[in-house]
Amino acid sequence: MRPSGRILASLFRTPIALGVTVAMALMAPALATGGRLLAQEPAAAEKPVDYITPHITDSYELEIPWVNSHFAKEVCLGHHEPNGHCGPLWGPVHIGSLEVNLSPTKHVVFMLLSAAVAIVILVGSAQAQRRHQKEAGHVKGFAGGIEAMVLYLRNEVVLPNVGPHGDKYVPFGLTLFFFILLMNLFGLIPYGATATGNIAVTATLAIITLVVVEVSGMIAQGPGYLGTIFYWNKDLPLFMRPIMFVVMTPVEFISKLSKPFALAIRLFANMTAGHIVVLALIGLIFAFKSLASGAPFIMAVAIMALELFVALLQAYIFTLLSSVFIGLLREGGHSSGIGNTGNGEPGTGNRGSLLGKQGFRGEGAPTRKWYPAEWPEKLVEARASVTSSA
Amino acid sequence: MTMYSLLQVAAEAASNSRGLGFIGAGLGAGLAVIGAGIGIGRIGGSAAEGMARQPEAGGRIQTAALIFAALIEGVALFGAVIAYQIQGKL
Repeated sequence: MRPSGRILASLFRTPIALGVTVAMALMAPALATGGRLLAQEPAAAEKPVDYITPHITDSYELEIPWVNSHFAKEVCLGHHEPNGHCGPLWGPVHIGSLEVNLSPTKHVVFMLLSAAVAIVILVGSAQAQRRHQKEAGHVKGFAGGIEAMVLYLRNEVVLPNVGPHGDKYVPFGLTLFFFILLMNLFGLIPYGATATGNIAVTATLAIITLVVVEVSGMIAQGPGYLGTIFYWNKDLPLFMRPIMFVVMTPVEFISKLSKPFALAIRLFANMTAGHIVVLALIGLIFAFKSLASGAPFIMAVAIMALELFVALLQAYIFTLLSSVFIGLLREGGHSSGIGNTGNGEPGTGNRGSLLGKQGFRGEGAPTRKWYPAEWPEKLVEARASVTSSA
Repeated sequence: MTMYSLLQVAAEAASNSRGLGFIGAGLGAGLAVIGAGIGIGRIGGSAAEGMARQPEAGGRIQTAALIFAALIEGVALFGAVIAYQIQGKL
């Protein structure tokens, strides 16, 4: 790492800590204003009642399910207002001319729940794995499943894409994946709300990713980081450089900002769209005022199966794209990208599973069985590197 | 018939000026999805062809195809989200 980079690193400690701190400072207004924006959509036309929008947007009421109607209730997370509705718990916080609403809502409860469940599952699996290692030499049970997922994310998603010395980005990728996955899955159970169906939540995650990407780029490249903003290509003839500078610098700016924007919108839209489709299909029952021989139910079940797949896939895509963006900026944009197969130095390209380790037309590729053949080496390699390095 | 009540609601919606806005939002979402359908269909075709040519690369091709399909779907959902915002503002 260059000396200037080392100074920057000592200033910022780790890019991840800085990213989380900065993003948490931005999180609260984003969360509040985003939630408010989404709740401003009018709920109904003149006659038809809107069944769909209350199930998708954030609200101050939390529904507690139970099998009978005695114990099932709606808990108001704020104060009961005079007109019978549930209002915010805290008044708005004024930052300059901006009014920020920080009171807890349904999505906040589900975010905290997902975080708590993620901590319990992952820390519990880590402790179980340590215990099983001592006793039996191998991990078993549920902790084994979690270990398989963690190792897959580490070896196939994060490490090939973030470039050299990528071990310190593995916890970030794992946190992103499991947090988003749990938020998505909680939205699929009855009475659950999808916290990632709130644009503020996905925008916060995208802002955290943006800060991590940019700061790690600054640390890895030092002053060369400015080359990723101001386009100055030394391969062009001398008179072309200012022209391309003027043309390409806005493009670089926009590309830096549009990547996290796309991450946020992709996750938000995938989660919300699936729920809207399911709710619209169930709403057909109300529109026809009959069960319609179960046809809407069957269609809704099929869409829910697709929703389960989309929940997993979108968490994976968010993690993968974050790793790719980190790796792109750390390499300096010379080599790498999804299509690079190697010998372009430094880092010799993307060794991820997308194009694999094979050359042209696949000669030299090991015939790769899906699970058993390669995993034992990778497992041993992972444990050795975990115990030997930090 | 119950279809009659649905048609009545649709005619009511189209006869006032908000109806045109609703038609616009629906049309926008539908057109956006056409692009996604074409794109993901092409990915599916190429993926199947690649897997047929080289069955041992099947797992890798499947992973790549899934990732590209999710990226394209993200773009199509931009259009769907904007259409949803339009109908929310009407």
